[in-house]
Amino acid sequence: MSEQEQSTVAEPLEVHFPQAVTPDERKGYQGYVVATEALPEVATYARDELGYDYLSSVTGVDYLPEGKTEVVYHAYRTAGGPALVLKVQVPREDPVVPSLVGIYPSADFQEREAWDLLGIRFSGHPNLKRILMWEGFHGHPLRKDYQEVYFEAENKPFKNRWPEGKVYRVEEKAPLKKNVQYPPDFTAEGWVPEGDAALYAGMGQVVAAEGGNGRALNTDQIVVNLGPQHPSTHGVFRLVVTLEGETIVDLEPVMGYLHRNHEKIGERNTFLMNMPYTDRLDYICAMGNNFGYSLAVEKLMGITPPERAEYIRVMMAELTRIVNHLWAIGFLLNDLGAYFTPALYAIEERELVLDVFEAVSGSRMMCNYFRFGGVARDLPEGVLDVVRELVHERLPRKVDELDTYLTHNEIIRARCVGVGVLPPEDAIAYGMAGPVLRASGVPYDVRRADPYSIYDRLDFDVAVRYNGDVYDRYIIRLDEIRQSLRILEQVLRDIPEGEVQTGKPQYQVRVPAGEAYGRVENPKGELGFYVVSNGKPNPWRYHVRAPSFINLTAMGEMCKGQKVADVVAILGSIDIVLGEVDR
Amino acid sequence: MYGIGILKGLGVTLKHFVETYVDDIRWIGRRYYNDEALAVRQGPKARGVFTVQYPEERLTLPEEFRYIPFLVYEEQEDGTRHDRCTSCGICAKVCPPQCIWIQRSNDPDTGRPIPQPTEFFIDIDICMNCGLCAEYCPFDAIKMDHDYEMASFDRFAEHILNKERLSKPVSYYASIRPQNYAREETARAAKEAAKQARRGG
Amino acid sequence: MTDGLSNPEVPVPEELRGQVAITTLDKVYNWGRRSSVWPMMFGLACCAIEMICTAASRYDLARFGMEVMRPSPRQSDLMIVSGTVTKKMIPQIVRLYNQMPEPKYVLAMGACASGGGPFKEGYNVVSGVDRFVPVDVYVPGCPPTPQALLHGLMKLQQKIDGQSIRSVRWYRKEASESIPVPILGPDLIDPRDIPHIKAHAPAESPEEAQA
Repeated sequence: MSEQEQSTVAEPLEVHFPQAVTPDERKGYQGYVVATEALPEVATYARDELGYDYLSSVTGVDYLPEGKTEVVYHAYRTAGGPALVLKVQVPREDPVVPSLVGIYPSADFQEREAWDLLGIRFSGHPNLKRILMWEGFHGHPLRKDYQEVYFEAENKPFKNRWPEGKVYRVEEKAPLKKNVQYPPDFTAEGWVPEGDAALYAGMGQVVAAEGGNGRALNTDQIVVNLGPQHPSTHGVFRLVVTLEGETIVDLEPVMGYLHRNHEKIGERNTFLMNMPYTDRLDYICAMGNNFGYSLAVEKLMGITPPERAEYIRVMMAELTRIVNHLWAIGFLLNDLGAYFTPALYAIEERELVLDVFEAVSGSRMMCNYFRFGGVARDLPEGVLDVVRELVHERLPRKVDELDTYLTHNEIIRARCVGVGVLPPEDAIAYGMAGPVLRASGVPYDVRRADPYSIYDRLDFDVAVRYNGDVYDRYIIRLDEIRQSLRILEQVLRDIPEGEVQTGKPQYQVRVPAGEAYGRVENPKGELGFYVVSNGKPNPWRYHVRAPSFINLTAMGEMCKGQKVADVVAILGSIDIVLGEVDR
Repeated sequence: MYGIGILKGLGVTLKHFVETYVDDIRWIGRRYYNDEALAVRQGPKARGVFTVQYPEERLTLPEEFRYIPFLVYEEQEDGTRHDRCTSCGICAKVCPPQCIWIQRSNDPDTGRPIPQPTEFFIDIDICMNCGLCAEYCPFDAIKMDHDYEMASFDRFAEHILNKERLSKPVSYYASIRPQNYAREETARAAKEAAKQARRGG
Repeated sequence: MTDGLSNPEVPVPEELRGQVAITTLDKVYNWGRRSSVWPMMFGLACCAIEMICTAASRYDLARFGMEVMRPSPRQSDLMIVSGTVTKKMIPQIVRLYNQMPEPKYVLAMGACASGGGPFKEGYNVVSGVDRFVPVDVYVPGCPPTPQALLHGLMKLQQKIDGQSIRSVRWYRKEASESIPVPILGPDLIDPRDIPHIKAHAPAESPEEAQA
């Protein structure tokens, strides 16, 4: 039975669960409010009967004035279509929500994150530990009553900057001249870090396998730490691997080494101020991040950019995809041991695209180019010619060259084919996104499944490969570059003249109260921004559904039974960026 | 046959190797330290070795390039400086990481605010080079600089820039961003003309 | 040998000009060190991408003898702190610094590493790596472009040129003193601060602030 038929046969949620499910009737909100205890049942029904098999985002919102904590779930059908939004409301003091890990394994890391940052406990979660901060950290930072050491005011702009701006470094006023605070009765003398994990993380002593397979370590099993300082973890990322000989028995990613409090800072910023911060999420694809965030806020504001701006946006997003995939391929090969030559060839092409970004936006990496209702400025003279040259001449040639150079190389085939296989049903269950999902044979691409901007008018194919191994995840990136070039050709052919921004540029936008979830197909997968506004200049909640972060959920599954040398290749094929994993 | 894939790959590296020499011959010794060659060498038609010989040669910066902000002042005929900044505070309000501090003062006689900042600070250890201050300044008074050579040995002494260090003349601005400057001047002239016409009419 | 290396202050007899080069031990020593600064292959955040680009073909660190990025601190001379330093990461950074052999240098690349950058107010961000390890050169920018990083590295070479074999730290007794590694407690604990923590702790907690 196809999904379409299923959804027509099955009753809608509110009919099937008249007591437990009510539509969310707050103004500007959508979806259903589900009774806490009924959540697993409702989720199972939504997955099995309604076909919402892909749980995209799980996050919490701290409604301090109402004394409530809300957990928000966004589920999609992999066949395409809009979201099913489920919400659970629990009291703020001791929030407990049933875990959905058994139904949607993709909830695993996201629930841990909600526990870490918002203090929501998920009953039945197999491994509810802190994920971004370390075990033993005091407080749950995203709760609205948590204040940092350098706290100045609830919202930006801060009052002391003008007109009496007395300059000072904020640490000068902090008691220890550092960004630290301790619980009231804390004394460090004679203090022992809590728990083995804290000791392990803080002191570098091997206490137990963090993989947590429950068994005492036998003499033939050893724990190996890869990272956080390791040349092939693509940044400050750590893998705790339990080995038996050279075979991986258990693997757990440890992250948070680059957790820079993006969401907390984002809730203090005004809507526009968040734009340059989004650049620093996935810092290889700044334009793509801008795109997602502007879509979310534009949804709330109810505006659409003019035609020319849409074309420019798509052009930038597709150039970004090319840049990202080149980078990913280069560094996958680096991880395989083809030390630096393929990466250097890829970086050379990337540099040429970065020149375009620099000419257009002013910065190579941190573009900050999109605005709500358009883009910051029109393309400077001559840029279109350079892009034409790149798209029609240079890049196709260079992609073919990479193809000849690498694809049939026997060593690469030997290292990649059949390694780190992820079957399609697992890929969906673990919430994988982007090239990793499509390399497993699931033709799910937000640009087609839930089209935004002008993608519904453009002619391109969703690249799919079917083996779900490292090799397919490499090949699919080449395919996607070719598709992006195809899109770019159409964009360059059709780009109209005209305005690039709706209305006058303003630094203080009015955003009506409500919630919005804007998502784009970023090069690494579905990038979502969940924004809640209460009508003030600053967002009440600002959450990022980071594809790199959620793609790591299946890392352990992919690596089990493989050799330790393959871990690096598998990680490289997922293509993570730590700015986005840790935010 | 096993090994064909590797041989094909090596062919690609060999091609890259040869291309550099072909390009060298084409430029006959003028490949480096030469603006014309640099522009070709760094564009989409580049072949062979791709290196910029910094610091001897530098990449041409596009006009929109942004680094740390600076304040624009106009040089008066009598040699004094007139700040374009009116200390309206929009840049301080729009700055995402809040790295701008502006002091404005009141005229001791009239008690009204003086439309020029007494002091202006930017902490470049906080600044994220986003360019929003320059974008939303209504007086074209704060602009993004092209100078990136700012490394120093001591951040406590050198990394909070004051008004003195931030101020640069209009002529400098016109030299780094000629097109923007021309566009702004035309807009300003048009505005003046409209004002005159209204007053005259 | 480069021009900068020969020392013009020493008179050379007419007949030997062009045949001998006279220099000082310091100059040879520094020339050798400045031309082979090996950075650690150690990236933290966005700036690391620009650092990789600097090492790649367009900007080519090899022209400065710096292309040998060492993944092990034991073999490196320079730590480029490229990106936001978080509390969770600082114990590892300090440990890496301690593991580097003398002479060692630290370059803080970008606003975050220098002083916390745009993320300074965050609860997990260390406001400047120089709170824990001594920094030699600061490169501002967010992120510094590869050319700006190269300028910073040239500044570092300047610093090396200015050092003298008679006064450098690493031939003295105090050279090998390592920096105490911070501990992850309820918040980051710098062992050097332990005596002061108690005095500051109560007034500072979020509970107190609310009350």
